[in-house]
Amino acid sequence: MPITLTRFFQHVTSWCWLFSNTLYWAFVSPFHGKKMRVNDLFRQMTLIGVRSLLIVFLVMFFMGLVLAMQSADTLEKVGGLSMVGGLVAAAVMREIGPMLTAIVLAGRCGAAITAELGTMRVAEELDALETMGLNPVHFLIVPRVLGMVIMAPCLTILGVFMAMYGGCLISVLFLDQDAFHYWQKSFEMLKLKDVYSGMIKSVAFGTLVSNIACYFGFIVEGGAEGVGKSTTQSVVTSIVMIIACDCVLTAFFYFI
Amino acid sequence: MTAPAPTSAETQPKSGPIGADDVIVVEDVVKIYDGRRVLDGLNFRVKRGEILVIMGGSGCGKSTLLRQLIGLQQPEQGRIWIDGSEITRLTEEAFINVRRRFGVLFQSGALFNSMTVGDNVALPIREHYPNQPDMTVDIMVKMKLSLVGMTQFAHLKPAEISGGMKKRAALARALALDPKLLFCDEPTAGLDPTRVTEFDELTLKLCRELGVTAVVVTHDMTSAFRIGTRMILLNKGKIWAVGTPDEIRAHPDPGVKRFINGDPESEVRQDADSYLQDILGESQ
Ligand SMILES: Nc1ncnc2c1ncn2[C@@H]1O[C@H](COP(=O)(O)OP(=O)(O)OP(=O)(O)O)[C@@H](O)[C@H]1O
Ligand SMILES: [Mg+2]
Repeated sequence: MPITLTRFFQHVTSWCWLFSNTLYWAFVSPFHGKKMRVNDLFRQMTLIGVRSLLIVFLVMFFMGLVLAMQSADTLEKVGGLSMVGGLVAAAVMREIGPMLTAIVLAGRCGAAITAELGTMRVAEELDALETMGLNPVHFLIVPRVLGMVIMAPCLTILGVFMAMYGGCLISVLFLDQDAFHYWQKSFEMLKLKDVYSGMIKSVAFGTLVSNIACYFGFIVEGGAEGVGKSTTQSVVTSIVMIIACDCVLTAFFYFI
Repeated sequence: MTAPAPTSAETQPKSGPIGADDVIVVEDVVKIYDGRRVLDGLNFRVKRGEILVIMGGSGCGKSTLLRQLIGLQQPEQGRIWIDGSEITRLTEEAFINVRRRFGVLFQSGALFNSMTVGDNVALPIREHYPNQPDMTVDIMVKMKLSLVGMTQFAHLKPAEISGGMKKRAALARALALDPKLLFCDEPTAGLDPTRVTEFDELTLKLCRELGVTAVVVTHDMTSAFRIGTRMILLNKGKIWAVGTPDEIRAHPDPGVKRFINGDPESEVRQDADSYLQDILGESQ
């Protein structure tokens, strides 16, 4: 047990070190004449954002259907079927949207990032970068982290609309609601705080997932097997951290 | 290359001050992996224009030594100077300036798999000279690739070329910035005999005509004796033998002689019992 604990703290400290390094290369060094690698950033944004869009849409659409049906069951009893839209919107915007998007990103892009960087580590490519005087954090991590941090809230917003659309479908087809009324009610009940808390959450999750993915890619050792192990660890850690972070942020927004 | 910066007595090696000719000074370097001393107190110097060949059995720590020299790992003990700067103490920022002057050929080649061979060679040029027009970079890349006979494969990805071709492409990349100091880890492994000779001639040319200093790890004895101006033989993390090729050939230690002649380490065993004892060990 003490060994596991020391290992855990070693991971935490080296992760923090990598994270601070990433922050430095992303936000401080551009002011010291080290240009941001804009092309790489756009490439990552495409890989992370555009390619995940379909999955996020699909997942969130189903989530909208589920939420509408689940809430209809209860709301019908108190005669509040017109509230379904608002409930779906609030739940998805505040909570489920950011979280599910982040989980999709962890599984789809986080795993890919860990595997890619891990393979580079095993093939000595990261060492080669370093000996060329190119900093791997600047070169590889910053575009990936920024790409995900930018794309996570965008995907979340689009996903939220998709979920609301799913809810609308249920309301119109099975609950005899009017579509216009559904959307009107939804936006009426959505508060500004729901939107910004959701956005803050998804930025935080994007930061977590991308940094964890890069970290686990960098520490790979032991060939192909190590890459596989690290990739699993990266996804599991990401999901646990997303939910833990969600808990903290929810408490924060609840009490302020 | 700049002359070594004047350093205070405290930062000078114990074996005497760093001369203007000393490109690499290694002092008491110890590297420990999981309690095993893979490098155990190494001391040597490399002079400008020299080709130092490092030899030794598989797993004796040659690649590990190279990783300390290029600053990818910090030794547990000991100090290393390159061009008069103590790399075991340099900050990351200051080290980049030292690194610009050297080229490294890794044992596995370490080409970037997501880029074509041409882009691999162009990468260090583009990064360190961002204002060069594409034309110039293209010409420089073609020149480096033609040195290793890879010009017609510039458009291929590393996954699409053979192991020996990867080595050659990686050598072209190592030479991209015209380094004054070249580190090669088994450059000739996987090359056919003609390519080996070509590599040897290229190394000799670089060193004689451009004053490049090279540190080459190799298993290939012919190649080693052809290019080496000085040789180090490692064994169990220690320096077993050091000297010019002639001194190594005439080395009194029978083990050294056996190693360079490639003779097997022990005679064929006749006794079945001792053989069993050997492979089963204490479990018997
Ligand atoms: N990351 C590591 N962790 C633990 N031990 C290591 C590590 N890397 C190398 N070693 C050990 O260090 C020793 C030296 O390895 P090194 O790669 O330097 O050998 P080498 O002389 O280059 O061998 P080869 O000729 O086969 O390339 C080996 O016994 C190896 O087991
Ligand atoms: Mg080796």
